[in-house]
Amino acid sequence: MPGSESAQVPLAACVASSASTVPSTASTVPVRTVTPRHSALVRITHWITTLCFLALLVTGMEIVISHPRFYWGETGNVLTTPLFKIPIPSSRSLVPTGYGYVLPDQNGWSRYLHFQAAWIVVLTGLLYVISAFFTGHLRKDLLPAESDLSWRGFSNTVASHLRFERPSEAEAWSYNVLQRLSYLFVIFVLFPLIVWTGLAMSPAFVSAFPVTVTSLGGQQSARTIHFFVTIALVLFLLVHVAMICVAGFKSRMRAMITGRMIARRADTHTERT
Amino acid sequence: MTDLSRRKLIIGGLAATAGVASLGVAARIAQKYGLIPPDHGGIYGFGETLTYASHRLLTRHSLAREFSESQISRPPLANEMPPLNNAYKRLQAGGFADWRLTVTGMVDRPAAFSLAQLKSYPRRSQITQIACEEGWSYIAEWIGVPLSHVLDLVGIQPRAKYVVYFSIDPDWWDSIDMSDAMHPQTFLAYGMNGDELPIGNGGPLRLRVPRQLGYKSVKFITHLTVTDSLKGFGKGLGSVEPEAGYAWYAGI
Repeated sequence: MPGSESAQVPLAACVASSASTVPSTASTVPVRTVTPRHSALVRITHWITTLCFLALLVTGMEIVISHPRFYWGETGNVLTTPLFKIPIPSSRSLVPTGYGYVLPDQNGWSRYLHFQAAWIVVLTGLLYVISAFFTGHLRKDLLPAESDLSWRGFSNTVASHLRFERPSEAEAWSYNVLQRLSYLFVIFVLFPLIVWTGLAMSPAFVSAFPVTVTSLGGQQSARTIHFFVTIALVLFLLVHVAMICVAGFKSRMRAMITGRMIARRADTHTERT
Repeated sequence: MTDLSRRKLIIGGLAATAGVASLGVAARIAQKYGLIPPDHGGIYGFGETLTYASHRLLTRHSLAREFSESQISRPPLANEMPPLNNAYKRLQAGGFADWRLTVTGMVDRPAAFSLAQLKSYPRRSQITQIACEEGWSYIAEWIGVPLSHVLDLVGIQPRAKYVVYFSIDPDWWDSIDMSDAMHPQTFLAYGMNGDELPIGNGGPLRLRVPRQLGYKSVKFITHLTVTDSLKGFGKGLGSVEPEAGYAWYAGI
């Protein structure tokens, strides 16, 4: 490591929440620092979740290809009117797609891998959420500060996003309000919803817990909602990756892999504005 | 080596040992209580075992959802299937009078049942959903005799763990554990929607396992074997499905 990066800032100094405006030193000269950014648990669960999500996405698409039609209610098949169809060829000849051929059937391993990845991501997600409660990650890093939820704070963040502004150095140390809200939405709304709608398609699971499917309007409704929640998660992934590119791909990837952030930091600036 | 890293090493080692040991104990307990599926080997064994074990613990006595008559799908979908073989066609020509269901294996009184005999037993019906792993589904009324009734007649031996069932199509067989075999909704179905069971839906005799996906409800059933091990059947994975890359347990 270059000598200039030697100054280790204590963890407490760079975590987000302290809105302290008191400079720690009188100096206004920017210094390059190497500082912890993401805890090991956050990094490990992040990458396990990434791998599982990609596995679930690919296998989920393979499963959809075997019947690219969606319905509402309890039942649906080629004899009933679909809610909508995806205009792609199918891996099964049962489905009238208009294409003169069928794709190779990949459902076997897709279903095996889908459920295996689902188990791993659910266990990982539980570990993450439970530890987020106990370590303060949830309170410090994810829940927005009251000031951020004011109309002005919120509109400032939205406006800077709409201008495609490269985030300020300060944002490397903390999530902004839009980030916080979208992470919370993914963790506490989309993630539970995708698990719930997945389980609602299981004939054995709903035999024990019928309300998981009746509350959604039926097994085919659950399948359709599962599909739309997937689209929401893919949109999140695309925006997430795009934002990382805007903010600085290398530094953000380094932070999520090694846990350390190397950045110029003027000691006098406030950590969150 | 500093003290800190030595301490970390010791703690890590102890944690790893404890982890491996508890996995071993968990595997022994799971084996004892029948929580390990026959296709537990291979890279997907972890997920498959978790699914099967958790379902067995959660759904041991649960009943598949039943629907009202107005919810029956009309017309019922008859899925595509391989062409019927000559053995089937011969029995079909005779109006299925010579169709037999033979029951062998770990039973006290091996037997062969005609369709007329099966129909003379208490007639039960259920309006349940059949869902395919592809994603489509339909609801129908299934009429038949609970498999448990036939198993009680032949007297299953205490060591029995699985019922293996065979279609007249020699490449089509499957198996279920005793929990599913004795389940009140597991039927030997010979009727549908108040009528005979259509050929396209598995007539004259289909095993109906409503808490699992459609592919466990094998059509054209001619033979059952009660066993304590699936090793001797095919590749020992429990059915033709895992041999073709599909899960043996299809509750999800």
